[in-house]
Amino acid sequence: MDSSQFRQIQTRRRFFRACAGGLGTIALAHVMADEGRTAEATRIPDPLTPRLSHFAPKAKNVIFLFMEGAPSQVDLFDPKPGLQKWDGHPLPESLTKDLRLAFIKPTAKVMASPRVFKPAGQCGMELSDLLPGLASRADDICLVRSMFTDAFNHHPGQLLLMSGSIQFGRPSMGAWVTYGLGSESRNLPAFVVLSSGRGTSGGASNWSSGFLPSTYQGVTFRSTGDPVLYLSSPNGVSSRTQRSGLDLVRDLNEERLAMTGDVEIASRIASYELAFRMQSSAPELLDFSKESPRTLEMYGVNRKETRPFGTNCLLARRMVERGVRFVQLMHASWDHHSELNKGLKEKCEATDHPAAALIQDLKERGLLDSTLVVWGGEFGRTPMVEIRRPGEPGNEGRDHHPLAFSMWMAGGGIKGGQVVGKTDDIGFNIVEDKVHVHDLQATILHCLGFDHTRLTYRHQGRDFRLTDVAGEVKKKLLA
Amino acid sequence: MTSRITLAAAASLLLSPVRGLPIDFVRDVEPVFRQKCYACHGPAQVMSGLRLDRREAALAGGYSGKVIIPGKSADSKLIQMVSGVKLGAIMPPVGERLTPEQVNALRTWIDEGAVWPAMPEAKSEARSKSSHWAFKPPRRVEPPAVRGRSFVRNPIDAFILAKLEAEGIQFSPEADRYTLIRRLSLDLRGLPPAPEEIAGFVQDNRPDAYERLVDHMLASPHYGEKWARHWLDLARYADSDGYEKDLPRPHAWRYRHWLIEALNRDMPYDEFTIWQIAGDLLPNATVEQKVATGFHRNTLTNREGGIDREQLRVEQAVDRASTVGSVWLGLTVGCAQCHDHKYDPISQKEFYQLFAFFSPAEEIDLDAPLPGEMGPYLKAEPEYRRGRRELLEQYKIAPLQTAWEPKAIEAGRNQGKYGGDWDLAWTVLWNDERQILLKDPAKRTQKEQDKLTDHFLEWYSAVVSREQYKALGFKELREKLQRLAAGFPALSEAQSIADVANPPAAHVLIRGDFRDPGIAVDPGTPAVLPPMVAGKKPNRLDLARWIVSPRNPLTARVAVNRMWQAFFGKGLVSTAGDFGTQGVRPTHPELLDWLATEFERREWSVKSMHKLIVESAAYRQASHTRNELITRDPYNKLVARQTRLRLEAELVRDAALSASALLNPAVGGKSVRPPQPAGMTNLGYGDFVKWKDSDGADRYRRGLYTFFQRTVPYPQLMTFDAPDSNLPCTRRERSTTPLQALNLLNDPGFFETAQAFAARVLRERQGSTADRIEYAFLLALGRIPSGREKDRAAGFFHQQGQIFKQEPDAPAKLFPGRLEGVPAAEMAEWVTFSRALLNLDEFITRE
Repeated sequence: MDSSQFRQIQTRRRFFRACAGGLGTIALAHVMADEGRTAEATRIPDPLTPRLSHFAPKAKNVIFLFMEGAPSQVDLFDPKPGLQKWDGHPLPESLTKDLRLAFIKPTAKVMASPRVFKPAGQCGMELSDLLPGLASRADDICLVRSMFTDAFNHHPGQLLLMSGSIQFGRPSMGAWVTYGLGSESRNLPAFVVLSSGRGTSGGASNWSSGFLPSTYQGVTFRSTGDPVLYLSSPNGVSSRTQRSGLDLVRDLNEERLAMTGDVEIASRIASYELAFRMQSSAPELLDFSKESPRTLEMYGVNRKETRPFGTNCLLARRMVERGVRFVQLMHASWDHHSELNKGLKEKCEATDHPAAALIQDLKERGLLDSTLVVWGGEFGRTPMVEIRRPGEPGNEGRDHHPLAFSMWMAGGGIKGGQVVGKTDDIGFNIVEDKVHVHDLQATILHCLGFDHTRLTYRHQGRDFRLTDVAGEVKKKLLA
Repeated sequence: MTSRITLAAAASLLLSPVRGLPIDFVRDVEPVFRQKCYACHGPAQVMSGLRLDRREAALAGGYSGKVIIPGKSADSKLIQMVSGVKLGAIMPPVGERLTPEQVNALRTWIDEGAVWPAMPEAKSEARSKSSHWAFKPPRRVEPPAVRGRSFVRNPIDAFILAKLEAEGIQFSPEADRYTLIRRLSLDLRGLPPAPEEIAGFVQDNRPDAYERLVDHMLASPHYGEKWARHWLDLARYADSDGYEKDLPRPHAWRYRHWLIEALNRDMPYDEFTIWQIAGDLLPNATVEQKVATGFHRNTLTNREGGIDREQLRVEQAVDRASTVGSVWLGLTVGCAQCHDHKYDPISQKEFYQLFAFFSPAEEIDLDAPLPGEMGPYLKAEPEYRRGRRELLEQYKIAPLQTAWEPKAIEAGRNQGKYGGDWDLAWTVLWNDERQILLKDPAKRTQKEQDKLTDHFLEWYSAVVSREQYKALGFKELREKLQRLAAGFPALSEAQSIADVANPPAAHVLIRGDFRDPGIAVDPGTPAVLPPMVAGKKPNRLDLARWIVSPRNPLTARVAVNRMWQAFFGKGLVSTAGDFGTQGVRPTHPELLDWLATEFERREWSVKSMHKLIVESAAYRQASHTRNELITRDPYNKLVARQTRLRLEAELVRDAALSASALLNPAVGGKSVRPPQPAGMTNLGYGDFVKWKDSDGADRYRRGLYTFFQRTVPYPQLMTFDAPDSNLPCTRRERSTTPLQALNLLNDPGFFETAQAFAARVLRERQGSTADRIEYAFLLALGRIPSGREKDRAAGFFHQQGQIFKQEPDAPAKLFPGRLEGVPAAEMAEWVTFSRALLNLDEFITRE
């Protein structure tokens, strides 16, 4: 099926749903038969109707905590006493041969991490002292210390992580998931993007629908002004006036529908009704007045440092409760080329407790089993130091490192309380259980009930998929 | 049964080397090749340039070079691939891998010298890919005879009608005149017709009234704007670099400016093509020809600090090659950049042959003054120079820069020598800046010197402490310099490209990776297409001429198909960007070929083709759905009616501005930044993206002039499916979403059009509310409302009036100003009514 056929079918279906009322199903079956659709196609009645995955899913929703800029794994997740030994020395040439680095030279000196790592939880997972919140949830998370990727610059790295290719034009993960599963919410978008901190290198390509119909594009919720662009009516337009205007729009559109017979008009009518519903459901979503003080405290909604990220984490939970399929929560930037120590501390203060609260809260509400939470950035950082201003103490940072980095996952389908993968003494290369970003994507789709090789869309004569031509489900991560 | 088992047993015996015996090619090796490799590296397919069914070819290797090195199995790529020593690369990629015994057999065979006895070669069974319909020359057949000759206005109709008649279907009736003029106006000018134009056409009784109208529309300067936008989709035009920093491209608009003018004067498509692909290589190329070649500058630029310049150069050439392939040839050649695809007509090697035309190009910026700019510029120049010189002297720049230059050069030559900050000083120099820096200061042009000094002022910060930089006051100086420049008339500049004198050889890049060059390639065109007639080393200009040569079977077809797509919503080939073997076959192949040959006969006149198409009876049909065809032809492939098409993003904006008479109709010029909600640019990286709302009349310019910032595009454009301009877009989506509804209902910009529309109706039409309702319909929809519509509208006024009685404060908010003689409540009713009209599906639809 190509996009025009897809579109034609969905609008016709929507028309029957919107206009034919109880007859919808019958009329639909009739049209389907006429169109001679295959069984595969009949599973897609409306672009956003909930659909079944290939097999029984563990997770229904995803919250992807995208830590843009690449957090330093050797200071947060992957303790490397070996770095002490190498501290101040360049790496042996055998390691740095053919090495490509963004800013520093292969001869750069190794920098030991100043952080203290301690075992956490029953499982004894070692985590940095910068992550006390996460440490308290250690038994819920699966920490992967053996992630790797192919790109070592931000935008390409983000494209690869989010869309499976460093080339432009591919749908993002959220778009794929929404295409595969549809939406559980009648009043909110299926794929929502939240951000705190700065903007990201990837910008709009991080939530693009690529060649998929634009219905699957992520909808950005904004932190200032209207949460959804143009959500509030103009000054002077009361909800009564809004309704009376929309009634006129609907009636005149229906006149035109009767005149032309164009089912696109039925879609247009339905889209205005959904917009009207969003005008009341989105503010309700943002209204935290019914949340307990304990919940607000847990997410740090009222503390300056944690407010932006904590608010978004709480929003993510509320969205999942309301059927939003894929919440992409971005926090920028972890790109600590300089002032690593200070910068990491700030970032962790802003995000650690809220992220831990999200896991705890989801768990307490029985939502964690059906919600997959993923935390991570587009690559990692070098064990070597980057010095931009030699004269200034505390200026040390780390460069981009695609060969080994860490991410964690929790919830639907994931086996918590374990560490997967191992890197060498200095965290430079992976020595056990390599997980490519395509493998991560395959595993995420698996948790959602998809065989990643079969979730495809035909474009330019080829069946495209999120994992390009690679990807392997990493069973070790799974419950 | 027995014999089959015996055969299988024999086969398995054959596939394992016989212990103790020396390896025998025929017994131990060839069967492995046949069983595991021939499917992709044999007679039917030559993936990655490698054939294993012929001795010479196999020993010669593939794109990455030799794969069999006799005597050295460990160095032989063949062994590396089948044994999977390199992660993520194992052959065969799907299906059963080689058994360890088979790998051993190959290894031993190579170590023993890879003896390959002469033997009968497998017969070539290659399907000739050039038998694909689109690779054969268009065949012009005479328009077929039809029974309904009276319906035929031009040959297009004969082709369409013949097919309809074969199905026993008639054309739909011609659309009414209101619909026709609105359709024509939106299709040719991208703007709704003015009320006077509608009245004039509806009353025009002359037999050629329609044709006159067509000529009138084609002559409009807005024609170039409408059709430039279609082309800008293909050109992946944007006003910023893309990628992380996404810096603005202040001169990008100059290409668009050229494009609008070229379309308005109906530049022939062959010339139009040559200028854009290789205008810079034409003998004595003019500025405008080079500006046109700015087509290639719309590729993205990644300025992330860590980017490898060679990688960027390669990526840009790859993008240029695949864009040209997709825009002119309708082929998805870019798909071949990583590896061969089994069923694709273009091999990876051929892709890199196309790439080789573009790899010698470097980016250049040039002065491209518009008429009237030069005089004032020359007059003011001395004073500007004096001002700039004084400022630089005041801050004592010269000695610091003179000291910085050699050290920056040395840091570039010898990275690591002076430490990270000096390394960075070199890293942040862009390509052209490095070239300037390396030039003898005495030989730099004034412009080059200025550019380098500006860079120095900004980036000296990298090599001194923050306090020192602050103390120097460079930030303040830079602001002063910018203010100074803003006060003087400047020349417009343009982006273009030029070939370097001695370009490095181009290579096949294995898996598309610039670090992994395979065999060297010369510029060349795909084998499935007629060969290029050119000298030994063809260049981009030869490529451009080959593209528009009459022997090229694709160029004209692809172009007329896109025209058809614009006028009917879907091309005769529905995959407008893919005429290759994976594309959809044309619904009307004879018509497509007739149009393609006609295009060449009409000397590539685009306007003439547009005229031909819009004057056809097929185009003039009503777009109403026909019940009897819903099941027979649900996608209207037979063209038994016109199609209702939602307006493109830019035209949605234009229609609202035009109907409300807020539109600034200026044609051409720089990009503008209409207001958007605060905080939009926060989603861009760092604080690189700035959006300062334009002032005054610039706020009301047509959508195609809206500054396109790739990482945070203008929201209304994206909401209505404008392409993201990272890749060429051959066909836009048309979605229907609630975000569109919110945009039209609540965006202050659109609400302003509702207010202005209301004021326009009340100002221009005196009389009863009913009269004014009628006029409002005419302004918004270009037609007279039906009785039911009038009644419904009147009912709305009554209802809204009741609401305002209960909300007495509302009217003043809805229309803060006042219109002489109109009570505030009535005014507010009109605003809300206008808002509804401008939100109708019909308003944003071409019927």
